[in-house]
Amino acid sequence: MTTTETQSPPRERAVGQGIDRVDGPEKTTGKARFAAEFPYPDLAYAALVHATVARGRITGIDAKAAEAVTGVLSVITHLNAPVLKPAPARSMLDLSTMVSATSVNYLNTDEVHWDGQPVAVVVAESLEAARRGAALVEVTYQEFPAAVDFAAEEANAKPQKNSLLGAGSAKKGDAEAALAAAPVSVDLRFTTPPHNHNAIEPHATTAIWDGDRLTVHEGSQAIAWMRKHLALRFGIPERNVRMTSPYVGGGFGGKGLIWPGTILTALAARATGRPVRMMLTREGVYRTVGGRTPSIQRVALGAGQDGRLTALIHTSVTRSGKVGGGPEQVTGAAGHLYDAENILLQQNLVEMDLIPNTFMRAPGEAIGTFALEAAVDELAGELGVDPIELRMRNEPARNPLDGKRFAHRMLREAYALGAERFGWAERTPEPGSMRDGRWLVGMGVATAYHPSVQFTANVTARLSADGTVVVRCGFQEMGMGGATAQAQIAADELGVPYEAVRVEYGDTDLPTGPMAGGSAQTASIAASLLAACAKLKGEVLGLARRSGDSPLRGQRLAGVEARDGGLYRLDRPDSGESYEAILSRAGRPYVEAAIGAESGLGAVAGQVRFMAKFLSDQRRWVKAACGAQFCEVRVDQDTGEVRVSRWLGVFDVGRVINAKTAASQLRGGIVMGIGMALSEETLVDPRNGRVMNPGLGDYHVPVHADIPPIDIHYLDEPDPTMPLGLLGIGEVSITGVAGAIASAVHHATGKRVRDLPITLDKLL
Amino acid sequence: MKPFAYVSAPDVATAVRVIAAEPNAKFIGGGTNLVDLMREDIEQPDTVVDITRLPLTEIEELPGGGVRVGALVRNSHLAAHRLIRTRYPVLSQAILAGASAQLRNMATVGGNLLQRTRCPYFYDGAAACNKRVPGSGCDAIGGFNRNHAVLGVSDDCIATHPSDMCVALAALDATVEVQSVRGLRRVPLADFYRLPGGTPHLETALEPDELITAVEVPELTAPSSYRKVRDRASYAFALVSVAAALEVTDGVVTDVRLALGGVAAKPWRARQAEAVLLGAPATDESFRRAAEAELEPAVGRPDNTFKIELAQRTIVATLRRLSDRSLGVGRMA
Repeated sequence: MTTTETQSPPRERAVGQGIDRVDGPEKTTGKARFAAEFPYPDLAYAALVHATVARGRITGIDAKAAEAVTGVLSVITHLNAPVLKPAPARSMLDLSTMVSATSVNYLNTDEVHWDGQPVAVVVAESLEAARRGAALVEVTYQEFPAAVDFAAEEANAKPQKNSLLGAGSAKKGDAEAALAAAPVSVDLRFTTPPHNHNAIEPHATTAIWDGDRLTVHEGSQAIAWMRKHLALRFGIPERNVRMTSPYVGGGFGGKGLIWPGTILTALAARATGRPVRMMLTREGVYRTVGGRTPSIQRVALGAGQDGRLTALIHTSVTRSGKVGGGPEQVTGAAGHLYDAENILLQQNLVEMDLIPNTFMRAPGEAIGTFALEAAVDELAGELGVDPIELRMRNEPARNPLDGKRFAHRMLREAYALGAERFGWAERTPEPGSMRDGRWLVGMGVATAYHPSVQFTANVTARLSADGTVVVRCGFQEMGMGGATAQAQIAADELGVPYEAVRVEYGDTDLPTGPMAGGSAQTASIAASLLAACAKLKGEVLGLARRSGDSPLRGQRLAGVEARDGGLYRLDRPDSGESYEAILSRAGRPYVEAAIGAESGLGAVAGQVRFMAKFLSDQRRWVKAACGAQFCEVRVDQDTGEVRVSRWLGVFDVGRVINAKTAASQLRGGIVMGIGMALSEETLVDPRNGRVMNPGLGDYHVPVHADIPPIDIHYLDEPDPTMPLGLLGIGEVSITGVAGAIASAVHHATGKRVRDLPITLDKLL
Repeated sequence: MKPFAYVSAPDVATAVRVIAAEPNAKFIGGGTNLVDLMREDIEQPDTVVDITRLPLTEIEELPGGGVRVGALVRNSHLAAHRLIRTRYPVLSQAILAGASAQLRNMATVGGNLLQRTRCPYFYDGAAACNKRVPGSGCDAIGGFNRNHAVLGVSDDCIATHPSDMCVALAALDATVEVQSVRGLRRVPLADFYRLPGGTPHLETALEPDELITAVEVPELTAPSSYRKVRDRASYAFALVSVAAALEVTDGVVTDVRLALGGVAAKPWRARQAEAVLLGAPATDESFRRAAEAELEPAVGRPDNTFKIELAQRTIVATLRRLSDRSLGVGRMA
């Protein structure tokens, strides 16, 4: 595989280097302990019984056969379950309320709201007994009519209102009129299917009660919010709940909210008085964890003969559940990418009797950029203009909707570099004009775009006299390299070797971190970590200044730099002192700095400050990561099989902290995008709302043989408005992928496939 | 999974005696399909008879040029065997096109023959399925059936046989050797599988107490190959597959064997197509005519009608490549 993690880092700095992940050895040697691997002497195992109707009431449960299975301890149903308090209503004043995946009060109600909803939990001495028991529980239902056929529900979709969290619509000028008047136009309908989460680690929980104290080991993207949620549901103080999540085997959004498995494991532990472990089966993940909404989208573009856009319309219909979920920003990117005179964006939502949708890598943008970018390619075809050239002619100087400034925007550079590296000039524009034996060859491009946000993060950093540093923050590590990146940042800020920094994370006993979502975790923590490091240096300098013997006497922070394990004067580089010397003289084993306010008024004030900064940032700038996706596909002339043969992504993601983990993240998003484009589709039976391919055999994620060499390049230009200039990289690279593939398939075959996935039957 | 008794048979005689005595017993070889089905409670044997110690692991050359393959030969071993790679490339390629390396290392020849369909409604206990519960109905017919059968279907079942290996064996005129307490018998592969009709739960000619001991494949001189068309590059069942052997002499087809996978409840030997081809010129026109003849009785449903055209195209493409090879036409991509 040819890869480019180049960008030689500045001398000695840890930031920018491709440092191996600190958790790598634990994972590769099997020492890493995941949520389902915490041993307890008295451990019991749980398994779920899923509803087999989409909407109804339980009329009877026969648990006798299950209870008779050797080793079964308890069959918990709504008839005997401990009381759970209802899920809190969602409120912008308390972001932790967002963690509720559904409003269903599991096993405290006889109501069924989706096919797959847990209706019983079997607890047993062994996993086998629990699963055998679950298979024997007989449940009868009174069925009610249910809305489960998305295509049939399109007409019932309602316009999404604008809120603080997201825009449901936007308008500039009169796009419909401009479209009608445009000399060249396309007006297209696209569809994308539902997608399910398939992280390598299925959702898993181990729960232990000690009196009214609860410990939960969980594969989680949001331990602080889940902790608060569990405290509310079980009616205990938040401080009585501890959640740890030292390793998470992939999240992608699927572990961002609290799904029934987590709550029911804690409930089963409370009901049985035993520590309980539950790892969902792969089918269980499909039935009890939401996925990506399907969509129906319209993209209409009008342009003059010169290719300048006069009209851009992007509308969408997506679904949520009647008991949860919500809109996704499907049309978000369309407001930022093209300098159209008239723009109309509208998202519509229909609530259905299905498991609620949830975050999945670039929710909204991933599918929205498929339709938008495929449509731009179609317009390029209508105009007879190269698709990159068309994009450059419409590249805006300011945000097209409202004239706001871009904090940072390098799409032109990304396309220019990408075209050169990919050999775009060798592409002959005529569809079907490039062949290699029985393969029809096509090349396509698309723009990647994902907005950047930040959350609050509480961080403490301790600098010890021996020059070691401990950073503590309760964030989540799903395999992205978060702990490694923060250690690199701390090392540079404090001028110590990377190896001298230890990062503690994944535990609610630590200062509260942000959730791992929205590509926001690294920047959010970095902002607080930079402040903590500055405070530490200030305190150390203060100790030195108070000593008559220190060469740093009388110096200000602006006049010194941290390097070589100490502080040194900028004006006289050989003049300074090691941390060890300063702290030893002062009789201090360490200095510590805490950023953020954890409790009471401080927490409220922190929340208000966060919202204020969020809104002020939104007013001033449009912040986003973006990029140019280039792909080459081969389509079998006889069978229509599509294989991606080459990929290049050139990304503008601000400053890159770790060249290796960043490239992995960007590459992973492209892999996931290839799955979305060519093979992934959750089959929800429109007759009854039941998922019919709940497993890796039938739900086709890409296999190794589907993935070509992926060349990753990033521009490494810091964003001036972000901490250290870094933009989130977790999601941007899935965006645009399906659009690039659809365009390449058209280039190869002359066929436009507007309904994902692009399976061979659509090309015959 | 329902608890079950486990017996390990030391020899064939014991194995068939135990199975004859136990009314609800199953043989287990590699277990790659049976264990899955037991986990889903679709198969619920009271007794599992482990046959992996039986001496059925040899691959032997037969007088007259054929090959005899023991029922317990692992798929990966069979695919890699020199005799198979050189004389029956179609068989080696078919095996390697199936499953994953890990599964092929476990799966046996006998078990592969007895694989059950991967129809999602067969696998889902909440769905109606005549194969799983006779008389309960078929949710696949009005449901998701993109990967279902178009040939030999009935109103009771449209499931497909999932094997790749068996498609090659069907083209090769293989014979299945089975043993029971009543003795040994040989069943041509062509007669081994049943079409669903009104009894889709009855899948083979095998009696409940019979053990597959070997598969015999007669000599093949014609060049052969296997082409599998699927939704991803590996680890997916065939939408359509074609096993073919083709001999062309002076531009005329002098020998042809053709079988299809992914289109029927059994590996589908394409006799109609073969009849059209034998003696016909080895041209795209002949290949297309033969393919049309074979698929003429096909019945498509909204999700899987594409298979009818796809099967024809794949037949043509596979025969064209074999024909080009036997004519010495240059490298194919």
